[in-house]
Amino acid sequence: METPIARVRGLGSARSGAHHWWLERLTSVSTLILFVWFIVALLGLPSLDYASVREWLASPLAAVPMLLLIVSTFWHAKLGMQVLIEDYVHEDGWKFFSITLLNFFVIGAAALAFFSVLKIAFAGGE
Amino acid sequence: MARNASRPLSPHLTIWRWGPHMLVSILHRASGDGLTVVGGIALVWWLAAAATGPQAYETFLDHADNWYGVILAVGLSWALFQHMLSGLRHFVMDIGAGYELTTNKFWSVMTVAGGIVLTMLFWLYIWGVKG
Repeated sequence: METPIARVRGLGSARSGAHHWWLERLTSVSTLILFVWFIVALLGLPSLDYASVREWLASPLAAVPMLLLIVSTFWHAKLGMQVLIEDYVHEDGWKFFSITLLNFFVIGAAALAFFSVLKIAFAGGE
Repeated sequence: MARNASRPLSPHLTIWRWGPHMLVSILHRASGDGLTVVGGIALVWWLAAAATGPQAYETFLDHADNWYGVILAVGLSWALFQHMLSGLRHFVMDIGAGYELTTNKFWSVMTVAGGIVLTMLFWLYIWGVKG
């Protein structure tokens, strides 16, 4: 009987195993901080109508944390969802497809959100 | 991964009696999953609509104010608070603390209870205080 561990034993560390885990923790701290800001800011807005939201996002102190929130959250989502896929999707082809789709989704969504905030901010909320 | 098919797979998920720690574990994954897909799309839609113009934003608000929009918003806020609290629990466990049976069970229950309480406070503030 041979288990997969017999083939890797003695080869030493791949030197990248902890990187994903560490980034997931790091982005969870930044996402936590940014979401506490986001919830407090949202609850503090007079209204969620068009003019109020744009005026709010035009301020650097709202636009910059919002941009950071977008990067941090989608990055964290990508790392977490990848673990989910790796755990539950066993067939190599489907795994590759799922992770590719995940990357397209998070990068596309983050880019759209990022650009939207920049557009509102640079337009001065007008 | 290549696997000897004659060997059993572990863990045998189906033979364990459900406990709070298992619930929190799977809720952490399910809420993260939901937040990524549904929350991600909602966040992008909101920001893109605000960047596009008053009409696009009106369309977004029409859906958000609808019954299904409210259900999704409440669900997303619960998923966020649940994921936040079970994430904090993971930080504690990452440093090697909180594995004792009673401690682990207590904080598992508190995580679920806390998620529900925070969601209720959040919407109580929005509907009750802000109107």
